[in-house]
Amino acid sequence: MKKIRCALIGSGNIGTDLIYKIQRSPVLEPVWMVGIDPESEGLARAREMGLKTTAAGVDGLLPHVLEDNIQIAFDATSAYVHAENSRKLNELGVMMIDLTPAAIGPLCVPPVNLKSHAEKVEMNVNMISCAGQATIPIVFAVSRIQAVGYGEIVASLASKSIGPGTRANLDEFTYTTSNAIEIVGGARKGKALAIINPAEPPMMMRNTISCLTDEEPDQARITASVLEMIKEVQKYVPGYRLVNGPLFDGKRVTVFMEVAGLGDYLPKYAGNLDIMTAAATRTAEMFAQEIIAGTIQLKSTEVAA
Amino acid sequence: MSAEQSLTGRKIIIHDMCLRDGMHAKREQMSLEQMVSIATALDEAGVPLIQVTHGAGMGGNSLQHGFAPHSNEEYISTVAAKMKQAKVSVLLIPGLGTMKELKSAYDCGARSVHVATHCTEADTSPQHIAFARKLGMDTSGFLMMAHLNTPEGLAQQGKLMESYGAQTVYITDSAGYMLPADVKARVGALRAVLKPETEIGFHGHHNMGMGIANSIAAIEEGATRIDASVAGLGAGAGNTPLEVFAAVCERMGIVTGCDLFKLMDMAEDLIVPLMDHMVRVDRSSLTLGFAGVYSTFLLHAKRAAERFGVPSRDILVELGRKKMIGGQEDMIVDTAMTMAKERGLLKDAAA
Repeated sequence: MKKIRCALIGSGNIGTDLIYKIQRSPVLEPVWMVGIDPESEGLARAREMGLKTTAAGVDGLLPHVLEDNIQIAFDATSAYVHAENSRKLNELGVMMIDLTPAAIGPLCVPPVNLKSHAEKVEMNVNMISCAGQATIPIVFAVSRIQAVGYGEIVASLASKSIGPGTRANLDEFTYTTSNAIEIVGGARKGKALAIINPAEPPMMMRNTISCLTDEEPDQARITASVLEMIKEVQKYVPGYRLVNGPLFDGKRVTVFMEVAGLGDYLPKYAGNLDIMTAAATRTAEMFAQEIIAGTIQLKSTEVAA
Repeated sequence: MSAEQSLTGRKIIIHDMCLRDGMHAKREQMSLEQMVSIATALDEAGVPLIQVTHGAGMGGNSLQHGFAPHSNEEYISTVAAKMKQAKVSVLLIPGLGTMKELKSAYDCGARSVHVATHCTEADTSPQHIAFARKLGMDTSGFLMMAHLNTPEGLAQQGKLMESYGAQTVYITDSAGYMLPADVKARVGALRAVLKPETEIGFHGHHNMGMGIANSIAAIEEGATRIDASVAGLGAGAGNTPLEVFAAVCERMGIVTGCDLFKLMDMAEDLIVPLMDHMVRVDRSSLTLGFAGVYSTFLLHAKRAAERFGVPSRDILVELGRKKMIGGQEDMIVDTAMTMAKERGLLKDAAA
């Protein structure tokens, strides 16, 4: 079966984990890994896994895009360089999956809105944040049953799973995730809290999602909706697990989740990183299936006049 | 030379916590009038720094930490307008509060901030510390749950905070777990690596009854800022009781600049009457100190115990075993539910 050829930008933990997930995909093939340090372990590992590599950043990839028929690129660099990466690759007709907090394109949570992004042939979609991927499906599962005035999520993350970029920019994480709880999750107001826990052995990623419904919650329908949504997420993140709840307390609905990673390149406790790479892969697969079926066609974006 | 003699004439800066840590003890329910009357009394008693926010600081209003009847901005601006000499400070925990909220606190009159992280995660605070300095605020790095890191580890973390711009680095005994020797080792390790002009602070909780002894131990090793709270109003068994600490300082010749009798009067006439429960070492708060659990977990654990029928002491010990840290209040209900299921008191929704 035909596979859509992909490039990975950023040779860190996320980029490396993506190689494993994309190699397993029936519709995707990892072809290029882009880094900036010729000595980096990530590039060496990518070469060992059979990828072509460049240490010249995205500019090192551009001359090969057409001849290698690269159609989808994953960006796991930083918000600061993503805009340029995206502009250059979009011009060549490459669709971008943004794993940085840049959020130039629409926010994507696969079981909530991926289908509509694919139908619109969005050329850049943003994966929000790990906590966003882990919690917004649940906020949406409640808000599709009853209006949610306020959605609040608490993400507890193992210290070892949080890299220097996230640490130095925690406010960005807070703003991006809070905003997505509203825009994608469907809560009128959203708030995100992050806790970094250094316990040894490292704790699994935990997420607590609380929603305040306008009316008394319909317990049976909300419980059914949440359980159904969990099954949807489990299709691409098997370690997405309900620990407790839904707990009903007046108009408050609380759901306690745990996310275990697949343990591809990243350890299992880093469910936060795994859910990002898994959601990004799932997103690419949806676009790839449509491209292969001929229902959508990627077009190069016009250079703005 | 005995320790008492060596501390004679030592000047320290007292930072009151009634209107921030004390908010936890009031389940975040303090009126503007109560805040103003307490802050005014502290101001008159000569307390130079008064922390005023939701118990969890900036961004604290949440389902996770409870909603106060007023915004932080309302509390800060109302109190700051009434102060004659005292400065208003705030608490900011990155991951919960943001720089936007810090700016807004500054605009309301806050001039000092504790930027708080767990004792091993100082590198989540560079933006916030730098921004506080840019605003011209008196800026402290606040290393919470400090018993969970070694003296050497804390020294490294403190050094990081200093490098971001913190003018004071705090050893924060959030669980009220430490004994004086633990405090001495930690303050001493910080003093050995920080620049001479960087101050060291100590924030105690009285869960093992060591608030005052620990604060004195910190001063002996070079700490110059002590957090305390009149009548101990604070989370767990409360903070170091300020009026008692001031009395000890006076006997030892440590200079606080505070009026002891005014503090004693306000403890008796103002603070104790507004307590919802007696803030003291009891079975549950002693469990916090003994097991090394975050003091703020106390009232949450009591509520979860009532709801799910699992004793609060069992919940607190389990939270300690699972190494839960400040901010993970959601895990209290989660842990209580899991324990209730194991004990056959609760059914699984998915079952």
